[in-house]
Amino acid sequence: MSSETPSVVAAPALAAPALAPPATRAPSSDRGRRGRIGGTVLSSGEPMVWLTGGALTIALAMIVCLLALIVSRGLTTFWPAKLVQIRTAGGQMLLGEVTGRERYTPDSQMLAERPPADAERIRAAAAAGDGTVERRWLRTGNFDVAATHFQWIDEPLIVEETQPEWACLVERRSWGRFHGFARSMLVDGEPVATEPAAVWRAFDEHHAAARDRLRKRTRLAKHDLGAVSRRKNDARLDVIRARLSDGAGSPAHAAAQAELAREEVWETAENARVAAEIDALDKENARYQLLLATADGQEKLVPLAEIVRAYSANRLSWFDRLGVYLSRWGEFLSDEPREANSEGGVFPAIWGTVAMTLFMSLAVVPFGVLAALYLREYARPGLPVSVLRIAVNNLAGVPSIVFGVFGLGFFCYVVGVRVDQLLFPAELSEHTPTFGTGGLLWASLTLALLTLPVVIVTTEEALAAVPGSMREGSYACGASKWQTIWRIVLPRALPGVMTGVILAMARGAGEVAPLMLVGAMKSASELPIDGAFPFVHPQRSFMHLGFHLYDLGFHSQNSEAARPMVFTTALLLIAIVAVLNVTAVRLRSRLRKRFGVESV
Amino acid sequence: MSLGQSVDKPRAAPASPSEAHPQPSPPLALAPHPRSAPLASGRLASIALGQAVASVIHDSVTREDAVLHIEHFRLWYGEKQALFDISMPIPRGRVTALIGPSGCGKSTLLRSVNRLNDLIDTVRIEGQMRLNGDPTYGPGVDVIELRKRMGMVFQKSNPFPMSVYENVVYSLRIDGERNRRVLDEVCERSLRGAALWDEVKDRLHESGLSLSGGQQQRLCIARAIAAEPEVLLMDEPCSALDPIATGKIEDLIQELRGTYSVLIVTHNMQQASRASDYTAFMYMGRVLEYGATSDLYTKPHLQETEDYITGRFG
Ligand SMILES: Nc1ncnc2c1ncn2[C@@H]1O[C@H](COP(=O)(O)OP(=O)(O)OP(=O)(O)O)[C@@H](O)[C@H]1O
Ligand SMILES: [Mg+2]
Repeated sequence: MSSETPSVVAAPALAAPALAPPATRAPSSDRGRRGRIGGTVLSSGEPMVWLTGGALTIALAMIVCLLALIVSRGLTTFWPAKLVQIRTAGGQMLLGEVTGRERYTPDSQMLAERPPADAERIRAAAAAGDGTVERRWLRTGNFDVAATHFQWIDEPLIVEETQPEWACLVERRSWGRFHGFARSMLVDGEPVATEPAAVWRAFDEHHAAARDRLRKRTRLAKHDLGAVSRRKNDARLDVIRARLSDGAGSPAHAAAQAELAREEVWETAENARVAAEIDALDKENARYQLLLATADGQEKLVPLAEIVRAYSANRLSWFDRLGVYLSRWGEFLSDEPREANSEGGVFPAIWGTVAMTLFMSLAVVPFGVLAALYLREYARPGLPVSVLRIAVNNLAGVPSIVFGVFGLGFFCYVVGVRVDQLLFPAELSEHTPTFGTGGLLWASLTLALLTLPVVIVTTEEALAAVPGSMREGSYACGASKWQTIWRIVLPRALPGVMTGVILAMARGAGEVAPLMLVGAMKSASELPIDGAFPFVHPQRSFMHLGFHLYDLGFHSQNSEAARPMVFTTALLLIAIVAVLNVTAVRLRSRLRKRFGVESV
Repeated sequence: MSLGQSVDKPRAAPASPSEAHPQPSPPLALAPHPRSAPLASGRLASIALGQAVASVIHDSVTREDAVLHIEHFRLWYGEKQALFDISMPIPRGRVTALIGPSGCGKSTLLRSVNRLNDLIDTVRIEGQMRLNGDPTYGPGVDVIELRKRMGMVFQKSNPFPMSVYENVVYSLRIDGERNRRVLDEVCERSLRGAALWDEVKDRLHESGLSLSGGQQQRLCIARAIAAEPEVLLMDEPCSALDPIATGKIEDLIQELRGTYSVLIVTHNMQQASRASDYTAFMYMGRVLEYGATSDLYTKPHLQETEDYITGRFG
């Protein structure tokens, strides 16, 4: 080293005179001084501080903006606004919530499509101002009547604008919201109230009971009838199983067939009983109806049970609004989706997301930790291990859809089909795959594969950070290699492993692309974990918030109606990932405290 | 140091270790050497040239009953030889100190006793050690079992990330001991033995890492004596401690004397003279002189020993 140093110093010293001709002495010394000044500014580090700080600020600002957008839009979706009734110059009567405003420059082609009188008004307004016209984005509801949920209203066309006291917003199980006025409350087709106040009193009186009956009906239709058909299906599969194992006509087959016959008798009776019960509930519910009218007078008869929630928007106090807001959140978090996912709740998606993420963690942690243990503790360091490590790191960069393809091609179509052939031949003979199609298990394993590199890399780092003195201490006590790893190294590395799990969960919970191929569904009738034996159903397909978001935003027939839900769902997804992460971070800090590790 | 290494290098890179030592190593030098030993410079120079130099081992040592015999022990880190033909007995129930300048191979020798050097891939050894007559190197030796017969205390305290209690009974745990009574008893006995019991008896289930540095080191000593080792190895156990904690550990070593055979590395001459019965002076991978501590400090046979102890070189 010391022998090289002089030559390095000597080289510029020798080169300098050769490069600078004596004639240009003055300018060169000038240049030299400027160079020195530049050098001091650079060397003082100011520009680099600004550059690095600026980059960080920009990155943070973008993230903050994104979060702010999602949070503000997501949080305000459910807040009940006032209902505004607008009469336009064309004589249209509209009732709705103003959800946005903008100024635009009307162009002639657009105006040509409007009625001439309207076009004239808009043109005049634009000419009077700076050439732009303001318009409002009005959520009008009444999709069954108007075939649209939203409408642009040009400011110049508004002739009259009021906030009628009794304007009401009715959320229905189908067709979405209804904006209008309550005409009367009907029981058995007879009006029992016609004054708005009386109508709403009567509504409050009967609504809860009607909803209860509906809930009961749903439960009957889904659980009881479901259980009946499951039982019958099991009996049917038993017949097939008996035929496949003992042959047709064997005693076992005959016994199964007899059992199936008994089940069929029972099923008919049971179905009839449940159907009667449902019928009774339906009859009772059909007695209560609400007669509604739109702002322009079209009447609509709505059964009470069909109404999820109804309120007179312009009569609500702030606390009433808060009540509506919270009840909407409650519905969103705990209910099933309606109307092609654009309304109702996302409970199955939350459930699916959490279940999938937890399954994924359960799968990825043991594999990742074992692989990292081998790489760090057992493998002899050298070229093969380095290559392997680089390969693992690169695995993290493979596009996630590729993992999806692999999951579908390998887990579902190879492993799943084998499992079906072995364990579910009866189902397979009916062409209903059990594991041979997408499901929670395969989705979790696919994502586990996707997040494996993260866990391996962080675990390896954590293992490397365990001080050698601790290992030596353990060996000196006569511990074997595995005892040292199990009792000293792993506990000490646990917080670091948790870091890997956190990163893996953050990545896995938000991943959508591979899930589309291996089990996430637009809507799944059954939850992957529920109260039916054996409680965990890894073969079932499931709903996922990320996929739900994609489906809402890009696949609903009415994307305008779904748009508010997109932000709310995005907010929820972020919140769930955050909650999972915070839990893991908490766990990690407790582990750190316990094992006295400052930071890993 | 640098001179020694630069001269050493070409000699210490043989294809086979035996080539470095063409002449057979001399047997233990039993006869007490007169004061008229070769001049200090001459002996050091011949070491620097890589020649074999016989250890001067006092009679008092060889008269003792030895718990551990080190026999013609040599060790290489890759191509670089760190220990040269070391032969010495370690007396039973006594405290033996290893002194010598930094980098002379004290830790290496200590770690060779319980074969911790096996963990380093590049290490190669020749020679043998015998613990109570059992060879410690060789194909048939179970290293794990061997290490269980020894305890070791490191320079930097290294309590495990677990409770005080679990730290102490670690060596029993790995043997699968489950009996709570046995564990409790061993824990108390070891902690008392390490003079730590009174300070931690109320916090046995707190993390071992929550103790002070001195307490942590005594915890490591408790851990090392929990399995009642035949030899206790200590590598500069006090170097990271303040004088008071050092004093406590020195007192502790005094108390361990008689019960345990202790081999301790120290840089502190006073400590060696206070705490040890025997002292070996090492230099560049060789044991130069080995004898009763009082003899070595008052009337060493070698000029080099005297120079080192009085601080004239090293
Ligand atoms: N892991 C290792 N790999 C290669 N060489 C090593 C290794 N450990 C020690 N050495 C070398 O072996 C020689 C002896 O080292 P050792 O640690 O035994 O010295 P020491 O007497 O304990 O010194 P100190 O008093 O400073 O602790 C030194 O030259 C050192 O550089
Ligand atoms: Mg040392």
